[in-house]
Amino acid sequence: MSGKNHSHDLPFWRKYIFSVDHKVIGIQYAITGLLFLLFGFSLMMLLRWQLAYPGQPVPFIGHLFNESMMVGGIMLPEFYNQLGAMHGTIMVFLGVVPLAVGGFGNYLVPLQIGAPDMAFPKLNMMSYWVYFLGGVTMIASFFAPGGAAQSGWTSYPPLADIATTGQTMWLIGMIFLITSSLLGSINFIVTIVQLRAEGLSFFRFPFFVWAQFVTSFLLLLAFPPLEAAGVLQLMDRLLHTSFFLPSGLVVSGNVVPVSGGGNPLLWQHLFWFLAHPEVYVLILPAMGIVAEVLACNTRKPIYGYKAMVYSVIFIGFMSFIVWAHHMFLTNMGTKMSAFFQITTMIISIPSVVILTALALSLWGGSIRFNTPMLFAVTFLPMFGIGGLTGLPLGLAAADIHLHDTYYVIGHFHYVVAPGTLFALFAGIYHWFPKVTGRKMWEFLGKLHFWPSLFFINGVFMPMFIMGLAGVSRRLYDPIQYAHAQPVQPLNVFMSICAWGLGLSQIPFVLNFFGSLFFGKKVDANPWEATTLEWSAPSPPPHGNFSIAPQVYRGPYEYSVPGQKHDFWPQAMKEEN
Amino acid sequence: MKYYGWGLPFNASVHGAEIDRLIYVIHIFMAVLFIGWFIFLIMALLRFRARPGHKAAYKLNHFKAPTYAEVGVALFEILLLVGFSFPVVSHVRNDFPPVAKSLEVRIVAEQFAWNIHYAGLDGIFGKTDIKLMGPTNPVGLDPEDPAGKDDIVTVNQLHIPVNKPVIARLSSKDVIHSFSLPVMRVKRDVIPGQVAPIWFEANKTGNFEIACAQLCGLGHYRMRGFFTVDTPEVFQKWLDETAPKPPAPEPPANGSDVRPIPSTESTPTS
Repeated sequence: MSGKNHSHDLPFWRKYIFSVDHKVIGIQYAITGLLFLLFGFSLMMLLRWQLAYPGQPVPFIGHLFNESMMVGGIMLPEFYNQLGAMHGTIMVFLGVVPLAVGGFGNYLVPLQIGAPDMAFPKLNMMSYWVYFLGGVTMIASFFAPGGAAQSGWTSYPPLADIATTGQTMWLIGMIFLITSSLLGSINFIVTIVQLRAEGLSFFRFPFFVWAQFVTSFLLLLAFPPLEAAGVLQLMDRLLHTSFFLPSGLVVSGNVVPVSGGGNPLLWQHLFWFLAHPEVYVLILPAMGIVAEVLACNTRKPIYGYKAMVYSVIFIGFMSFIVWAHHMFLTNMGTKMSAFFQITTMIISIPSVVILTALALSLWGGSIRFNTPMLFAVTFLPMFGIGGLTGLPLGLAAADIHLHDTYYVIGHFHYVVAPGTLFALFAGIYHWFPKVTGRKMWEFLGKLHFWPSLFFINGVFMPMFIMGLAGVSRRLYDPIQYAHAQPVQPLNVFMSICAWGLGLSQIPFVLNFFGSLFFGKKVDANPWEATTLEWSAPSPPPHGNFSIAPQVYRGPYEYSVPGQKHDFWPQAMKEEN
Repeated sequence: MKYYGWGLPFNASVHGAEIDRLIYVIHIFMAVLFIGWFIFLIMALLRFRARPGHKAAYKLNHFKAPTYAEVGVALFEILLLVGFSFPVVSHVRNDFPPVAKSLEVRIVAEQFAWNIHYAGLDGIFGKTDIKLMGPTNPVGLDPEDPAGKDDIVTVNQLHIPVNKPVIARLSSKDVIHSFSLPVMRVKRDVIPGQVAPIWFEANKTGNFEIACAQLCGLGHYRMRGFFTVDTPEVFQKWLDETAPKPPAPEPPANGSDVRPIPSTESTPTS
């Protein structure tokens, strides 16, 4: 891929495997992240069989699993709980974050700010390989005695403290992943501040760079508490400390031999202090991608760019003081719950500002409906549903009924799946020509988009109905409860949609590999876009730019009156 | 009577109507906001699609409407907080009924059952100790304590009288559970090491369910209890039948509908 400058002197393994080039590392992150997304999604497609047809043997593949997972093809509750916990962990920590931050961030941020590479290339490489180790640990945990972690992706003690070996591996894996994110976040912050091209002031940043900048601060500041918490839980499990274990526990009729005096709620505070900012780690890069794709395909500047920048900074700050809205039912007093309800309502405002600005950006445009644009536009209503359904959960009174039901699952999946994942797909279709020098096929792209849109809503929309009916999440057998039986047909429908969603990804896989070799060859700027990465060749060589670019204007100068072309690149001095 | 369907479950509690009202109000608000916004989106996409002769506008005048909409949303959120959520939470959390006028129960959760402990005729709970807990004595009642002689302990059977407040003290032996009565709009995490008092009052009789709402292990899905709201007469009759008889053998905790607690996991069949 990168063949110029000094890189061609490097042996293959230094160039493509242990590379320090931000583009190669970005591609490594993206490919690994996509594979983990597929794996995590497969776990869920398996789990959905049990939800749709509880207690019936899994057809075709049921007999391939060993006795500790399925007996006669019938899923065991142990395995069901492993699938649930690992689906969440893999999708969030091994799939979406590595793809959005590690993949898109690594590849695009240096290009968009006109830098030759990241500030610390070796640290960058280390961050990928530490992530890789974390991923291997997580996958290997399925083969641990008793299987993988099975206490939910939240791993609440005391349940997680007394769980099987898989939980230990989960914690070690998490420590790797957090370390990787920390290394990456420092690198991003330094790169963005220090390596900007001449003339690139902060308010000339593409919105994507702003999103990655704020995301890096969230990773830097929110992850260490969970790293500490992970070490504490590891000590509880291995060294018999009691950080999260109170005195007087009786498990299965036996008094647990620990000193006690700990508090299970401590874990929840530390976990959610990470995991709420984490939500914004998932969503901000997606918003950044959508802004780029939208501006390019509406052929006009983003509406309210500065308001969006201030909003994204404000979200960053606020995301640190909303965490306890995940804990309204933990005997929290009214004053405390009032505080977290207020902050939760406040943080909805900047999100609404960003969403509104993006929607208004369409007004007055000349909209091209190519595949990246379809995915990017769809992000808006999908994230809208995800955001709106957060409101009832953020009001402690409504949360009494909705807490820990399918309503919660529907809510955050709308944010992350048809929200973030659709934005990430938009990004893949949009920047594929930059990375490979070839365009992805439009027809297969649309064959990927429309069925995915239909099925993904079919998976998540019914969850709101189930949640309102009071059905709890994480139930191995959903029809044990009388109140869950009337809505069970929805489970069948959702499962069929989930499998349909799986099939809808086939055109994407074909398109991805097909266009890699046979896609239409394109020049440096096939979308006629303005930001700096389109001034570099496709694919950019090692060192990115042949001469250091100079930036003359803001990121979205489309359809400027008096200009011959409807785009005016940031690095172009005068129109030629 | 049909208690459950595709909407909110049947409501059998006094405070439940307020929670339901909030849920309805906020969903109407969300629907209005989303539909209005979605219409705008579709209009924009159709009207400004790329076509020959159509050019994008570089700068537009400042839109006023979204600013008003933002302020409207913020004001409505304040209304939801101050007008609905705060009062309900405060009522549920703080306005405990006087103990003398209420029925008090202890609820001790464990993997995977709800142990319900009534004080019995004397109205005093017997002493308990974790060292005494076992299959026949799930809450660990002290057989030496005279106050515990008439106590009633059931497993997965919560009976309460209608129109009388209930104060339930929640605790857990092992892991975090969440005590949920969907028809009562009651849900509270049960955290080991803490005793959490909650209160509620039923205004309709019927046979309902206790659910566990927090993942608590392999048997989480079947940690289901029975929740019965009776008329005061029927409730009293149930108490009399369930109460240990004076010469009862020790420990006298077994009621007619008490089932042994599974102490280990067995392979589930469903």
